[in-house]
Amino acid sequence: MDTLVITNLHAGTKEGKEILQGISLTIKKGEIHAIMGPNGGGKSTFAQVLMGHPDYVITKGVIRLNGKNITMMTPDQRAKQGLFLGFQYPVEIAGVNFGNFLRMAINEQRDLTLGTRVKKKVSPIAFRNQVEPIAKSLGFSEEVVKRFLNQGFSGGEKKKAEILQLAMLRPDFAILDEPDSGLDVDALRYIGDVIQSLDYPFGLLLITHYQRILHYIKPHFVHIVVKGKIVKSGDENLAKEVEETGYEQYL
Amino acid sequence: MNKQPIIKDSYQFGFHKPESSVFKTPRGLNRGVVEAISYYKKEPDWMRNFRLQALMIFEQKMMPPWGADLSGIDFDTMYYYINPSDRKFGKWEDVPIDIRDTYDRIGIPEAEKKFLAGVGAQYDSEVIYHNLKKQWEDKGVIFVDTDTALKKYPDLFRDYFGTVIPAADNKFAALNSAVWSGGSFIYVPKGVHVTIPLQAYFRINAANMGQFERTLIIADEGSYVHYVEGCSAPIYSKESLHAAVVEIIVKKGARVRYTTIQNWSNNVYNLVTKRMHVDEEGFGEWIDGNLGSKKTMKYPSVYLNGKGAKGEILSLALAGSGQHQDAGGKAFHFAPYTTSTVTSKSVSLHGGRCSYRGMVKIINGAKGSKSFVRCDALLLDELSRSDTYPVNIINEENVTLGHEAAVSKIGEQQLFYLMSRGLSEAQATSLIVNGFIEPIVKELPLEYAVELNRLITLSMEGAVG
Repeated sequence: MDTLVITNLHAGTKEGKEILQGISLTIKKGEIHAIMGPNGGGKSTFAQVLMGHPDYVITKGVIRLNGKNITMMTPDQRAKQGLFLGFQYPVEIAGVNFGNFLRMAINEQRDLTLGTRVKKKVSPIAFRNQVEPIAKSLGFSEEVVKRFLNQGFSGGEKKKAEILQLAMLRPDFAILDEPDSGLDVDALRYIGDVIQSLDYPFGLLLITHYQRILHYIKPHFVHIVVKGKIVKSGDENLAKEVEETGYEQYL
Repeated sequence: MNKQPIIKDSYQFGFHKPESSVFKTPRGLNRGVVEAISYYKKEPDWMRNFRLQALMIFEQKMMPPWGADLSGIDFDTMYYYINPSDRKFGKWEDVPIDIRDTYDRIGIPEAEKKFLAGVGAQYDSEVIYHNLKKQWEDKGVIFVDTDTALKKYPDLFRDYFGTVIPAADNKFAALNSAVWSGGSFIYVPKGVHVTIPLQAYFRINAANMGQFERTLIIADEGSYVHYVEGCSAPIYSKESLHAAVVEIIVKKGARVRYTTIQNWSNNVYNLVTKRMHVDEEGFGEWIDGNLGSKKTMKYPSVYLNGKGAKGEILSLALAGSGQHQDAGGKAFHFAPYTTSTVTSKSVSLHGGRCSYRGMVKIINGAKGSKSFVRCDALLLDELSRSDTYPVNIINEENVTLGHEAAVSKIGEQQLFYLMSRGLSEAQATSLIVNGFIEPIVKELPLEYAVELNRLITLSMEGAVG
């Protein structure tokens, strides 16, 4: 319990191209794990496969969340079990009010009787009261929830909106897929502050190409993923090491 | 049903005992049937002659060779007139279960359900209606059913009736002209702004939802009125043909907005002719939603007759299994500096088909006119279909014309994104669809918008998985 356990995960495209070649990883609540690696090494695929993207097929291995086998679950079922994915490229959805959507998602996830998760639905007023301070600390105006979902958002706004969703949905385990790409230093700090301010234990899997964001969100563990495998694990120092020496030695 | 002979005797018509007799013409259409309708309604000669002439036109006109497939219509087996107050109501148990289920799930009140399903005559809104009616009448606004208007306001009626859509306009306008019954008649005096939308819904027991209703709206100079017709909840009809005519006259500086949501049960051919004449600086708007029926052919049009007149058409179509929504809009620029906008949004699912059919015509001399047409189609599956048939006839050089069209499919990325937040595939799909039609839905009165969103959610539950 209280863990996300990935055991010998193999996955690939529907056309049969294998991308993940046996990843094993255990994340406990309260831990921050960073996944680093060269482009094309399978980092983003790993994130998508964990969330259940229909483009990928798991050919071997098991994913357990809080003891429950979620390997074959649909994305919405995984979310309801307490998993969250912050997208590298958040999708624009025209005509869908951001706030209404987010409140719907929160209420949907609270429908199940799930250990630590709250069952009570959030009212529009309670939602506003909760979302406003978080929006502000991300540098948004509170009007952001009145906009259409990601539509017309700048690259940075989209990334911050993912963190806003994370903070409101309060998942047990969150995957953030390159939350730092395209962000300026202020935005990075906002993101780091909001994640640090979350007042409950959750596990975080942070996928990044650069160690820049790790100044704002300090990882307990760093894993290097190359060619669909974890080739090396270590602590924060490993990130500094690859920053200096590059990934070539692992290729 | 027993066939009734056409009876030329008023007693046998049941005039004196309407509470116990039903007046109904026999199946099929001929001179005798049209005469009987006019006689039963005690109409003046001119109207009887108008009907008879329309019948001749109807008989001569070809079926439209384009548009939806109408070969399933059998004119000979239909009834063309049943006195609405004598209308026999069926049993609640006979209403198809999916329609009853829909009422429950979108939360239609009990009394209203029975009306919509055609098993109850009354919907308890008489009180509201009468209060509003008093306010309108004090300002000189006339809002009655069309049959009453012919009797109570014969001169006004005759001045405008059939002037916007002559019987010879098309086969179904001719049919309506021959056998019309019910519908709404509205007159708004000069400078009067009717602030609350006039809703046919409030007086649905007045048979405004008949098969061949005829609506006539006259907005005098500088006046404003918003008329709302139909409802988003499905309406069960045993009759299989709905051929209405809506004529609107927007005088100088006046504004009329006409909102319709059509959700007939899917056995109905819905073939409606709607047209507005807009004078100088006037503004005519159609908001036209088509959800139900088997086949719809409906292209609300604006005739911009006076300098600076504006027309706007918002068309929304949703076609599911076995449905073909052939809808769109037409704008005719007959005067300088006129502007028109047509926005069409269609959603096809379960093998349904939506066609956009539109026309923009700008005549020589209508200089400085502008027209913009935008049609977007959303396809939810591989079985469904969308087509676009736009026609532009531009005979003036000094004009601005824009046309944009896009067909999209529900994106896998969009679905995955929404589902990753805990929404089911059906919820995610209906969010995307509701978002897609949002630009039109936001123009609807709130209660319609809410109901429409629920309906879409409901239809998506069967759409996926």
